[in-house]
Amino acid sequence: MKYLLLIYEAEKVWAAMSKEEQGSIFNEYMTLTEDFAKSGKMSACEPLEPTSTATTLRVRNGKPTSVDGPFAETKEQLGGIYVIDVKDLDEAMAWAARIPAARTGSIEIRPVMKFD
Amino acid sequence: MSQAARALDRIFRAESGAVLATLIRVLGDFQLAEDALQDALASALATWPSSGLPASPAGWLITTARRKALDRLRHSRIVASKAPEIALLAQLERADRSEPSELSPVPDDQLRLIFTCCHPALSSEAQVALTLQVLGGLSIAEIARAFLVNDSTIAQRLSRAKHKIAHAHIPYEIPDRASLASRLHGVLGVLYLVFNEGYLATSGRQLVRGDLVADALRLARGLVELLPDEPEAVGLLALMVLHDARREARIDERGELILLEEQDRGKWDAERIAEGVRLVETALAQLRPGSYQIQAAIAALHAEAATAADTDWPQIVLLYDQLLRYEPTPVVELNRAVAICFADSPERALALVDDLAGRGVLSSYAPLYLARADLLRRLGRNDEAYECYRHALSLAENEQVRRFIERRLREK
Repeated sequence: MKYLLLIYEAEKVWAAMSKEEQGSIFNEYMTLTEDFAKSGKMSACEPLEPTSTATTLRVRNGKPTSVDGPFAETKEQLGGIYVIDVKDLDEAMAWAARIPAARTGSIEIRPVMKFD
Repeated sequence: MSQAARALDRIFRAESGAVLATLIRVLGDFQLAEDALQDALASALATWPSSGLPASPAGWLITTARRKALDRLRHSRIVASKAPEIALLAQLERADRSEPSELSPVPDDQLRLIFTCCHPALSSEAQVALTLQVLGGLSIAEIARAFLVNDSTIAQRLSRAKHKIAHAHIPYEIPDRASLASRLHGVLGVLYLVFNEGYLATSGRQLVRGDLVADALRLARGLVELLPDEPEAVGLLALMVLHDARREARIDERGELILLEEQDRGKWDAERIAEGVRLVETALAQLRPGSYQIQAAIAALHAEAATAADTDWPQIVLLYDQLLRYEPTPVVELNRAVAICFADSPERALALVDDLAGRGVLSSYAPLYLARADLLRRLGRNDEAYECYRHALSLAENEQVRRFIERRLREK
């Protein structure tokens, strides 16, 4: 069963951290990602550039329009994703709980749609 | 309802959880198991009146439902395109040939089902509705009536929850040792919520909805049978039994609420109190205390006092101190403050309640103002008490509680 783990966190929390704090959290992500990779259960891991680099595009009546920034103003922003292939929701929740942002932000766990 | 239909209804209520639990494991599919069980129940209703009750009704239902599931899969037009169903069909056909004997419910299956229905990834309303329907055998209409919402709301809640169980792969498993305690706490929370909804309905005309109390007790007894070595499960059952033992004395002949202090203790069910006390002692003897055991111990102290004046209030305050370690919530603090009124003085209790009110965390919680009003009344500060009762009245939703407050307001 595949799940997408969406990592949400307030970008300003990260920006307000000292270099040392950022370094220690970065190391935590590295360890987690290595564990994921070793377990053979990870199929993608993508950290994202901050939302200040985002562009939102819409096509209406065949005409594309784009605006600067993410499509919604929210307290927490999408900061990265993991895609994992595990037994069930409990296993997905156990992995998600190890993501550092779970302590300061939140992790949305979404089952990937299966076509059968 | 015919005699057979009544017998079937009784059996269904008592055993549907067990039957469905084993069916889900055998069939590996929640929805198919429910549909097959419905088919089996229809067969039972058609054949039992002439053939008589089978020796093991639960076993009969499981065996028949498995065969019905086989029929459903064979007749399903999409079967040809779906590999998992073909594999299941083959497996069931093999089982049907090799195990002609009756299947019977397996206790572990019921535990699995309890943990699925009370999974923390489901909303608490969904957990309650699922538990009552799937484990308790209540109909959608019965659940809707109990919670004063319409049938379609409950139907929608249940179908959303079942969809999530299937599509998010919520497991059908007993949690491992490491997470059992926290997951069990969630299960107990659901059962206690059902009990409380029955014992002190938050809104509506009736003070006690006896059916929900009985359902919660039945489910808690079942859980204790499955997990006899989990003292918190025993503690919750003890707490429910002790509360329920006082049921008759809580309401007078006009349906008005009577406070613990003023209840006729002769109306308490001595046998149930003895059972509750026994359960508390069994649980505490395991030396793994928890919030339900402590709450049950408090209820036991109240139940064992021959008169209100005999209540061992200092001991109750100590137990509330313990409880705060497990459940550091303002509601527990409020209950502790009320105990301080009797163990110490209304002045000290009022200071604690005012401190709580000052923090604003219970600002829309009627019992806070009821407690405060009662303390002011005991201190002879009647004008302030009157204002406070009026404020409590503006927040109370249960009709009986409102009438109780109105009575106090008239006494002024």
